[in-house]
Amino acid sequence: MTDATQDITQARHVPDRLNSRAARVFKSWEALLLAVAIAIFVVNSFASPYFLSAWNLSDATFNFTEKAMIAFAMALLIISGEIDLSVASIIALASTAMGLAVQYGAGTPELVVIGLTVGLLCGAFNGFFVTVLGLPSIVVTIGTMSLFRGISFIILGDDAFRGYPASFSWFGQGYIYWVFTVEMLLFVIIAVIYGVLLHKTNFGRAVYAIGNNPTGALFSGIRVQRVKFILFLLTGLMSGVAAICLTSRLGSTRPSIATGMELEVVTMVVLGGVNILGGSGTIPGVVIAAFVMGLVTFGLGLLNVPGIVMSIFIGLLLIGVIALPRLWVMAAARRKA
Amino acid sequence: MMRFIPVRETILGSAILVLLLLVASRFAGFVAPSNLANVFNDTAPLIILALGQMVVILTRCIDLSVAANLALTGMAVAMINVAMPGLPIPVIIAIAIFLGAVMGTINGILVWKLAIPPIVVTLGTMTIFRGIIFLISDGKWVNSHEMSPAFTDFPRMVLLGLPVLSWAAIITIILFGIMMARTGFGRSIFAVGGNPHAAVYTGIDVGKTQFWAFVVSGALAGLTGYLWVSRFAVAYVDIAGGFELEVVAACVIGGISIAGGIGSVGGAVLGAIFLGVVKNALPVVNISPFWQLAISGSAILIAVAFNARAGRNKGRIILKEAEGAQ
Repeated sequence: MTDATQDITQARHVPDRLNSRAARVFKSWEALLLAVAIAIFVVNSFASPYFLSAWNLSDATFNFTEKAMIAFAMALLIISGEIDLSVASIIALASTAMGLAVQYGAGTPELVVIGLTVGLLCGAFNGFFVTVLGLPSIVVTIGTMSLFRGISFIILGDDAFRGYPASFSWFGQGYIYWVFTVEMLLFVIIAVIYGVLLHKTNFGRAVYAIGNNPTGALFSGIRVQRVKFILFLLTGLMSGVAAICLTSRLGSTRPSIATGMELEVVTMVVLGGVNILGGSGTIPGVVIAAFVMGLVTFGLGLLNVPGIVMSIFIGLLLIGVIALPRLWVMAAARRKA
Repeated sequence: MMRFIPVRETILGSAILVLLLLVASRFAGFVAPSNLANVFNDTAPLIILALGQMVVILTRCIDLSVAANLALTGMAVAMINVAMPGLPIPVIIAIAIFLGAVMGTINGILVWKLAIPPIVVTLGTMTIFRGIIFLISDGKWVNSHEMSPAFTDFPRMVLLGLPVLSWAAIITIILFGIMMARTGFGRSIFAVGGNPHAAVYTGIDVGKTQFWAFVVSGALAGLTGYLWVSRFAVAYVDIAGGFELEVVAACVIGGISIAGGIGSVGGAVLGAIFLGVVKNALPVVNISPFWQLAISGSAILIAVAFNARAGRNKGRIILKEAEGAQ
């Protein structure tokens, strides 16, 4: 898929990205995004009197913490030129597995282990199809998106699992200190881990190298398939973590849990300045994008905008953030000519 | 020699036959002609959408917005019908196709003029279209008693033994068969997907061909929108939710390569029929319909793994021949 699109852009004589104006726009992408985040914050605090309250803002973080956990792993995966559309279905399957375990009397530690293990197994399943069988990740994960959630539906039907142990609610409902939630702490820890992994380690360099030129990466001694497999494992694992948080927060599991979340995760990653074709992007960008999306949905929520209308904004945001820099470049080129 | 026998279609066709025989061994009535006609009629929307999706996938794109497009068009024509019950059905159908094509145009322009990856564009427009349904309908349902009898009866009307809905699928299949094999547009779709560089050198505008592919897919989604809403006699925000995955599944199962350039009308139709038979057979053999999602997911994985194997072998043989020639 990515190869194909790159071919096409080359055929259309899109100027080399390194020398184009787009490069400069992208260089300041995080700065621009930060300005947007601040602007949204200011607009929101004028639009609704309830916005500037520590507890409300703390509640608002739930809008993005779970999605952002997955988005960090997804960012690495997209930088490497692959994609995982099955993350929301992994959440459903992991949550169903935990719910099933509760019926057999599992305690909180077992539930955490089960959630993480199911996430890892699903990631390994995706990774196997993509790296061992060499299939395009977009089709594989569209398939597993149906398969994983399908298994949840087989197990649960239109039923729901409830009765999670009281201590399990700590992950999604607990507070570390004052208004700072457990999820916020997890969000910060995971952001730091992925930031270091991508920007400060050989593994991170390998991810960029693979995204820019998989063949070149292979010939420079990077085990491309192994790195990609690990990235699928990490994305699965993070979906497992998100499943634990979400299940703990909701206190129940239905097979339709987290429906459509893959879209919001991909939007967050792309909004964070990660090139959907792979090869570039940063973790700080994704962090700011998470805040932007969280603030937008929270602000609209305070103004009584229904969730489905918010999704229009998310969709426009997704297309807009990619379209605007390109329109900018095209307008600049026209002015020059 | 092998190249003259459509291997994939034959295998898929046999798989469908085996499936039918398995079901028939437990419930003979399933393979009665009248029931098979029902299964085909039930699968007709999937067939129409799969053909549109096929054109898009052949040009190395993907259209995930078809189900949302269908739902939005369906809601729009249902509301038009409620507001103007006297409007003749051909006009309604024309409006549906036009609205669908407009949405396809939006996808197409974003892919063509701004070179945004199709998956991003259609993921975005998918949610935007769904959101717009909520905005125009205010979250309310349009129910059967509000629609005019002409509006709801049309897809059920029987012509030459088959309902109009089935005929719509058959006509689409024939038109696409002619378009893909006999027109310049059809050939350029294969050229763009097979090798975009070569397509440019032969004078084909890659972006423009992709644009028209999206318009075609959108127009068919619009048509299906009317057929869907009038057949089920209800329109609401979530109709055909997640149906885009089933459409992509039908294409992948039908042997249309997601990398573009490889695929056939027969493959897409058989892929859709395969899913349709599975869906209709599940209740007959006493399996909960909740299995449907997992089965179509597995079918996608098996089909894509299988097709990739087949494609790889072909490549090796060509290389060997080339080596032998030197």
